[in-house]
Amino acid sequence: MNTLKERSSAGPAAALPVLSADEARLAPQETFVLNLGPQHPAAHGVLRVLMTMDGEWITRAEPVIGYIHRMHEKMGENRTWAKFLPNTSRIDYLSAMHYTHAFVGAVERAAKIEVPPRTEYIRVITSELNRIASHLVWWGALLIDLGGFTPILYAFEDREKVLDLLEGLCGARLTYCYYRFGGLCNDVDDEFLNGTRAFVNHMRPRLKMYRGLVTDNIILRKRLEGIGPISAEMCRKYGATGPIIRGAGVRYDVRRAEPYSLYPQFDFEIPTRPEGDSMARYHVRMAEIEQSLRIIEQALASLPAGPFQGKVPRVLRLPPGDYCYAVEAARGRFMVRAVSDGKDAAYRLKLRTPSFSNLSLFEEASRGMLLPDALAMMGSLDLVIPDIDR
Amino acid sequence: MKPTLEQLTAEFTALIEPAPAVPAPVAGAAFARGELVESVADPGPPSVASAKDGLASARPAPSTAAATAAGPAAAPKSPVQTWAFALKGFVFDASVASDQVVAAAGIMDRNGFALDAITGVDWIAQNEMEVVYDFFHPEENLRAVVRTRMPRATPELPTISPVFPGANWHERETHDFFGIRFLGHPNLAPFLLPEDADFHPLRKDYQP
Repeated sequence: MNTLKERSSAGPAAALPVLSADEARLAPQETFVLNLGPQHPAAHGVLRVLMTMDGEWITRAEPVIGYIHRMHEKMGENRTWAKFLPNTSRIDYLSAMHYTHAFVGAVERAAKIEVPPRTEYIRVITSELNRIASHLVWWGALLIDLGGFTPILYAFEDREKVLDLLEGLCGARLTYCYYRFGGLCNDVDDEFLNGTRAFVNHMRPRLKMYRGLVTDNIILRKRLEGIGPISAEMCRKYGATGPIIRGAGVRYDVRRAEPYSLYPQFDFEIPTRPEGDSMARYHVRMAEIEQSLRIIEQALASLPAGPFQGKVPRVLRLPPGDYCYAVEAARGRFMVRAVSDGKDAAYRLKLRTPSFSNLSLFEEASRGMLLPDALAMMGSLDLVIPDIDR
Repeated sequence: MKPTLEQLTAEFTALIEPAPAVPAPVAGAAFARGELVESVADPGPPSVASAKDGLASARPAPSTAAATAAGPAAAPKSPVQTWAFALKGFVFDASVASDQVVAAAGIMDRNGFALDAITGVDWIAQNEMEVVYDFFHPEENLRAVVRTRMPRATPELPTISPVFPGANWHERETHDFFGIRFLGHPNLAPFLLPEDADFHPLRKDYQP
């Protein structure tokens, strides 16, 4: 274990050759290429990784992406601002609320559209519900990666409750497209509010049960603790965000770093762990579910009455210039960079997705790891492939 | 290390408009090599060092950078601007020459910034290609943007992947979409596009 740790945590300069002198003497002097994916049960979605293997050890793992590339950025240029809204749910389909939030946020910022307070409260509630649903998928999928099938059944049972709430709200289970410029597509009803209250009360004891069922499990800890260390410095150099940078001990959360919507009003913590290993990322996400429940509770308690749609011009033209809007999506920092030339569509629409940057460090971070450990680390990165490929 | 907006502005002003007392073409030579002269406040040493090297400036005189860096379409404005965050979503905006991007990335790196994204914009009416570098700071709310423009016919600039390894993927994607060549990049093969793609779909004159 020690040699593995040393190899994995060594900097890029020391990364090759990966074997110590003693190991090199014992190891067979040949490598082979293992093609993982683009369709593979251990890879999430159509991710392909070309792995140069020395036995069970990875000497180089190069992700090959683009299998589900749809060029959302070009679509942003050739349709009006409003017509691009449905696309925003289809980039990271597990975190759709956040992505729509960033896009409407960029347009509202540029056009100086005022958003009613009630709308912002509902946006916060639905965004945090979406974050919980997304983390539950990650939790179940990670444990499937590690060979434990049971937890995903529990996770999906709870996630189903969130999806039912959001489906009742806007008719969609994943691709919500619920936010509109200056408002929402419709107001929330009592059924949603009562259901959300009931879900918060239901979820807290479930998290305790998760801890007993999985988190303290010795097999899980042996698979994750000390595996796939990612330092704060590596996160900075690659732009990795979300639970990955927080799992490396950095208190970076867009909700606090670049305050947006009503997040400054709410009392919540940013969970961090100093270890930087896969277990740290696991703990961060589990703690984030609790914090999301806290935010939802506060927002429900202080939800004001009033209109849910602000005034928006019939034909929306943004003043020329570039406008950025970043949100904390379930996987990290998602940013829309909208460049306008004064017409009714974007001149250029850049979508900065968290999974793209989070995966880009995989080649450096996986060097010298055992193949099953690298797959455990990949699970802890919580990748969504359409989010990488756009 | 926690930078401030003023400090960042000073460092970039020094990079873009080095020591006004020095004759412009000589002062630019040090930056043509992609290095940052530390003592730009002192007009003496840079000019001596540059004269020894005997390098000619590859780009327009930096003393007129205020007009050239912003592009012909925009009104003359300062190459280093600060914005209210609520207005733009970023607070710092610097326009540098395309051969200064490595030095600019070095400034961001030394100040503890993280690489957010790199992308291009095709300004076909001005016959220019723009590359935009976004940075965020993990500890401070200092969203910074560094941008550079090149002639559309020769979109070439050095890679910043030695400074920020994460730039490797972003630059490769920008090459995919715009055909902008990042000199010194380890691998500019098609990335998100099909592996035999020889087109650049986000260019404004792209015909499918």
